[in-house]
Amino acid sequence: MALDDLYQEIILDHYRSPRNRGACEECDHSVHHDNPLCGDELDLALQLERGRIHRIAFSGRGCSISQASASMMTERVKGETLEQALSIAEVVRRMMHGEPPAVDLGDLMALEGVSRFPVRVKCALLPWMALRDALSRGTSRHEDRNTEEPR
Amino acid sequence: MIPERAARLVPAGLDPWRVRRDFPELRRPPGEKPLVYLDAAATTPKPSRVIRAMSRFYEQRYANVHRGVYPLAEEATAEYEAVRDKVARFVGARAPSGVVFTKNCTEAINLVAYAWARRRLAPGDEVVVSELEHHSNLVPWQEACRATGATLRHLRLLAPSGRSAVEGEFPLGGELDLDLSQLDRLVGPRTRLVAISGLSNVLGTITPLEPIVAAARGVGALVLVDGAQLVMRAPVDLRRLGADFFAFSGHKILGPTGVGALVARPELLEEMDPFLTGGEMVLDVTLERATWSEVPHKFEAGTPMIAEVVGLGEAIDYLEALGLASIREHDRHLRDHGLSLLRSVPGLVLYGEHTAAERVATFCFNLVDERGELIHPHDVGTLLADEGIAIRVGHHCAKPLMRRLGVPATCRASCSVYNTVEELETLAGALARARAFFSGHGGNSPSTAERPKDASRGN
Repeated sequence: MALDDLYQEIILDHYRSPRNRGACEECDHSVHHDNPLCGDELDLALQLERGRIHRIAFSGRGCSISQASASMMTERVKGETLEQALSIAEVVRRMMHGEPPAVDLGDLMALEGVSRFPVRVKCALLPWMALRDALSRGTSRHEDRNTEEPR
Repeated sequence: MIPERAARLVPAGLDPWRVRRDFPELRRPPGEKPLVYLDAAATTPKPSRVIRAMSRFYEQRYANVHRGVYPLAEEATAEYEAVRDKVARFVGARAPSGVVFTKNCTEAINLVAYAWARRRLAPGDEVVVSELEHHSNLVPWQEACRATGATLRHLRLLAPSGRSAVEGEFPLGGELDLDLSQLDRLVGPRTRLVAISGLSNVLGTITPLEPIVAAARGVGALVLVDGAQLVMRAPVDLRRLGADFFAFSGHKILGPTGVGALVARPELLEEMDPFLTGGEMVLDVTLERATWSEVPHKFEAGTPMIAEVVGLGEAIDYLEALGLASIREHDRHLRDHGLSLLRSVPGLVLYGEHTAAERVATFCFNLVDERGELIHPHDVGTLLADEGIAIRVGHHCAKPLMRRLGVPATCRASCSVYNTVEELETLAGALARARAFFSGHGGNSPSTAERPKDASRGN
């Protein structure tokens, strides 16, 4: 288990300089997720326009893995359709469980090393669970929900 | 051997390098990283004599207790009951009949919550707990109060006035003592029970129990002390302390998992109905009803954890052979060196650093990076793990205290008899490297850099 697999430069870069971090006034989909085990918290807000993710922003606090994962996720899914975004979320989820992705995930491939650190998989998936939740729940606002990965 | 270092750093009384040899788990197989185990507050490794005592018992003396008339059964019963006497002596209980074996400390507290609180409390009654309790000495009382209509009240920590690491974000590096000036207001004629931890599992501070017990005594309330962290770190004398209930776990004092004890005044146990019912705890049973055995047996339904109790007895023998005064002295030595080592780590916020309370070698802290942002304890823990250092990161089953500290989680390093100052030096070095790493110095993880000092020499 090499530590460099986990803390790849790309992950540290997103952690130190997160993209799309902050509030989003125009967003109409927002969810709050937390990981009760380690206390990571994530607020995710997005706005859909003509079936595509037009705006997306996150805030919260957590470890480098959850924060970097959130930052990379917002970059990757911005401009995607709802279906494409959900499909990417599923590929990432499977990758965290050791299934190599069939499609090129770009920067997100840096998360692959997390799968070798089982206790950190939940950290990496926290923003993706929030995304899935936000997309599937339409316009509900500020609902509290714990992240529980489906089995 | 490094005799000159050992001579410099080891106080008279307890030689941790020698003690380490008694713990097989601390000797890692060749090729594995040396283990710097700093998580005693979660659980301790076991000395080989505890492991051997349990094997020997299973191989030679094992039978069910309090039943058979054949020699093995009598021997097993004698060994089991001898540990009851030992536990009573060890914590200064008035009588062995006040010692009830339980699964762990949590079950011991729940025994009181179910067999006493839920049957005695009524609306208008009050239970007092502190703000720094482990969930196991908080949730049972929340639930007992909810079920009975009693009110739960909280002894709070002093308002924070320490230096701020980052204003508004995680402000507490300062005083985290319990505010004993609230006692008069909190503990009154409605108070039926004060349930308090003897030593904070997070901060490592020893609770000033005397004034708390005195306040409860003054109004006729009972006192339960959660002794999970206190036992073995400080000598416990229940007769002097005057607590009515005392709970602890075996696995935190070098004994096996699966055994703990509730120690209570026998007459108090006699007034209580059983918690669990079934075999081994009855005097007589008809098809309609049953009567109970004498204390403590009426609280030990079913076949107990016999071998674990034997293991606990061996752990107590081992602790007494080391000497509780020597253990305390060694802990102070680690505490003093640990505090000064951790203070030297840049960006480290030590919680409870300036408490008035006596403290032990359990250190609770967070790292702040050069931008002034919290480095999440999980990241710190992962980097330390890569260097073979085992600390606990998370909320330590004390979420209300985490909220009070204003952080989602903290790091905690906790020591025991086998730990050395050199290991704390290794910890401090690794923490400094972790901070540099997350502050953006160098793309490589610290593991690829050379460890300046390998303190964990083999055993």
